[in-house]
Amino acid sequence: MSQRLKLTKWLVVLVVLHCIVAGAGFFAPYNPVEQDREHPYLPPMRVHLMDAQNHFHVRPFFYPLRLRTGSFDQYEEDTTSAIPLRFFTRGTPYRLLGLIPSRLHLFGSTDARIHLLGSDAYGRDQLSRILYGGQVSLLAGLLGATVTLLFGALIGMAAGYYDGWRDELLMRVAELFLALPWLYLLFALRAFLPLAVSPLEAFLLVVAVIGMVGWARPARLVRGVVLSVKERDFVRAARGFGAPDFYLLRRHILPETASVLLTQAAILVPQFVLAEMTLSFLGLGVPEPMSSWGNLLASLQQYSVLVSYWWMYLPAVAIIPFFLGYLGLASALQERVGAYKIDEKSSWNPS
Amino acid sequence: MRKEFRSFQRSRLIVNLCLACASTVVLPTKGLPRPQQANAKEELLVLPGEIGRSGGRLVISLRSEPKTLNPLTAADTPSREVIGAMQADLVHINRATQLTEPALAKSWKISTDGLQYTLTLRQGLRFSDGHPLDADDVLFTFRVYLDENVHATQRDLLIVGGKPITVRKVDPRTLVFQFSKPYGVEERLFDGWAILPRHLLEKPYQEGKLSQLWTPSTPPNEWAGLGPFRLKEYVAGQKLVLERNPYYWKTDTKGNRLPYLDELVFLFVPSADAQVLRFQSGETDLITRLGAENFSVLSRQQSGYTMADAGPGLEYNFLFFNLNDLGEKSSADLTQKQKWFRDVKFRQAISATVDRDAIVRLVYQGRGAALWGPVTPGNRRWLNLAIPHPARSLDNARSLLKQAGFSWSTASNGDSILIDPDGKPVEFSILTSSSNADRTKMATLLQEDLKQLGMRVQVVPLEFRSLIDRVTQTKEYDACLLGLASFDADPNSDLNVWLSSGGTHLWNPSQARPATSWEAEIDRLMEQQLTMPGYGQRKKLYDRVQEILAENQPMIFLASPDILVGAKNSIGNIHPAVLEPYVLWNVEQLYFRSGAENASR
Repeated sequence: MSQRLKLTKWLVVLVVLHCIVAGAGFFAPYNPVEQDREHPYLPPMRVHLMDAQNHFHVRPFFYPLRLRTGSFDQYEEDTTSAIPLRFFTRGTPYRLLGLIPSRLHLFGSTDARIHLLGSDAYGRDQLSRILYGGQVSLLAGLLGATVTLLFGALIGMAAGYYDGWRDELLMRVAELFLALPWLYLLFALRAFLPLAVSPLEAFLLVVAVIGMVGWARPARLVRGVVLSVKERDFVRAARGFGAPDFYLLRRHILPETASVLLTQAAILVPQFVLAEMTLSFLGLGVPEPMSSWGNLLASLQQYSVLVSYWWMYLPAVAIIPFFLGYLGLASALQERVGAYKIDEKSSWNPS
Repeated sequence: MRKEFRSFQRSRLIVNLCLACASTVVLPTKGLPRPQQANAKEELLVLPGEIGRSGGRLVISLRSEPKTLNPLTAADTPSREVIGAMQADLVHINRATQLTEPALAKSWKISTDGLQYTLTLRQGLRFSDGHPLDADDVLFTFRVYLDENVHATQRDLLIVGGKPITVRKVDPRTLVFQFSKPYGVEERLFDGWAILPRHLLEKPYQEGKLSQLWTPSTPPNEWAGLGPFRLKEYVAGQKLVLERNPYYWKTDTKGNRLPYLDELVFLFVPSADAQVLRFQSGETDLITRLGAENFSVLSRQQSGYTMADAGPGLEYNFLFFNLNDLGEKSSADLTQKQKWFRDVKFRQAISATVDRDAIVRLVYQGRGAALWGPVTPGNRRWLNLAIPHPARSLDNARSLLKQAGFSWSTASNGDSILIDPDGKPVEFSILTSSSNADRTKMATLLQEDLKQLGMRVQVVPLEFRSLIDRVTQTKEYDACLLGLASFDADPNSDLNVWLSSGGTHLWNPSQARPATSWEAEIDRLMEQQLTMPGYGQRKKLYDRVQEILAENQPMIFLASPDILVGAKNSIGNIHPAVLEPYVLWNVEQLYFRSGAENASR
């Protein structure tokens, strides 16, 4: 029972996190590509309840930042005007989930721009960029995992079920794919593609690459499961009754691999999110001005940014709850599978 | 730990003292022979300026190893920078005043028809190996530079009016240079032509091996020059060490022979960020070619060093379009785009949309200047002040596009889209160099600016060599953002860019004949100024060239970065200039204020 609770807990955490990213339009105060050229590298603004005269305000407010005279990137709070923070305000238009047009934002302000997590080199809101960037990175991870598991399951089952030369061939190919230097091949591939790649093409390319690289490991796992399951009594019995291969695979063998596939999925998604970040960090992901967690971090390649603007690291922090969520889910799944196996065994050999 | 360090220092001090005592007893001068006072037979050049003290070693970082120490074949910046400290020319352009000064030639005379230049060499000049220099070395030098088989990189500059210049020796110290047409730049021509030692190079020259000679790993005794420093040691991948040339021909006003420094060390540090770290840790004494962002990082925590902004340099950054006539090779897509690019109004509209102030502020952190022409505010002598500086105006841009037959429609997501006269949406890509963060940033700003006109622009960062290959060889691109830095303030240094036959005429290089009437006019004006004597006349012609460029916008000029440098406080006579080499131009006058600084290293 407690195992199920654990599982539910992690699932809820993940659903909430994904909803925040999916509903980026609502949670982000601004359009992620909108530049505010007067305010580059604005540090995260503070939300106050006490003003400069030590008066308490019920409604949270913030002070707008202004450039210190003669400086490019040093700001100070302008305490002469307190600007109230408004909730459920109307702001820049967006489409929720890419479908429903809306102007409603969780928070915002009518009088001045608020940057809770600061702004980047072009004065773009860092919070909005992290949320929208998450859509790209997470979707790449989820799609990549789906593609990988699909191929992995198919190839693994084929290899495990039809042993002999087919098994040999498929597994050697899988090893080959594990051994290839993918990053360098990807650079070469990019050189052959047309110069200007649209954001969608770039995104699909990343997913395709992740899927191509990733299928080998789950395929080997699935093959192992199939090898053992196909010798089990119930499968032999079904075969004895004349069940065809496809029926056996679908009805008896695939369900046995489900637990392995689910656990793999929970491990692979964060791994692939990280892969997308690596590719984008190296400039192979979605192009500017779109954001993804990887290309948000790419500005840290410059020493001056690294030492001057700490809030440019925040996209790296954003992935931590997602990682914990997925890894927690994976271990909860594994525990549940283990328990289930023990139950099953004990029912076979009642002592 | 700290105590240990101190005692180590003390013991070192004692060793130094002992050495100093020993040298006073045994040797009259320490290390190199140092002929302090001018010999009666020598005509030395006396330099004004702060009097320094002798000794010390200056360490500076280079972005990459110099490919060669051979002035004939040097084309890359590190090689030129190193050679600049090792070689000397007949007449030199002072990097601070941008005017000519006597160098190896103590005087020159130009005949009234402008065809004959008579140069007189200084008396008593010697190469860094002690071998005396005379007119035969100069004759040999120019014979080599003009020899087609040597492939000297700057050879074209010695061909005036289609004919190479001729050099004649009158006596061991007098030479006559004969031109077939008057040469506009006059004596500035002689800057940068390193005079070569005939006694070392004549034999290899006759064997045809000259261009392979003088790599950094050449043994120091097979090398000689006339510059302030001479070759001492080269460690591949690490450093190049130069030592003081004891025969250098300059002194300070007190008669001390220059240079002051004993050694000049070039460390090879491959990235800009690593150079900053080395400078910050005190490992290098000077830093140049700094980006604005690193400059502000260093300025924030100044300790023991000073940062200086020398003002806008000669680098100009610009956007240009593919205006090549590709004929049948061209794809239908590019042909369609070139219809827009060829329209002056389209280019003018883009120029009116560019937020140059934002570029200066966001890319250069305010340390730069907005540009409306190729001549930067740093080049005071040649800047045409009459070129208009129109403020950014989207209305202006829209009306220009309307006149050219463009229209707008609304996309499904509410964005407006620019539609060309044939009904196609305006979309193109801009190439930038992926290794240059500044230009990639500019392109991102441009992308946002042009979006406001309804143009969909994609930025494509590309590795620099494949970018150049696309622009000059395959010509498969839409638009490109690049920068050029002239090495001299004179318009002739950019001849290759403005002549339609030039290889750096980026938007349509190496044309057989000018494609447009305005390019033909620029060709005519540039060739005219080449042979026009006198600054005033040439300035008028070059002003007109700048006007034509501003009107036709083959390049949309964006901004020019300031020359930013940093130096340790202990170094004297630092006067950064906007011409290369920015800090090392007066390397013979640089000195260390206190001896302790060097002893501790």
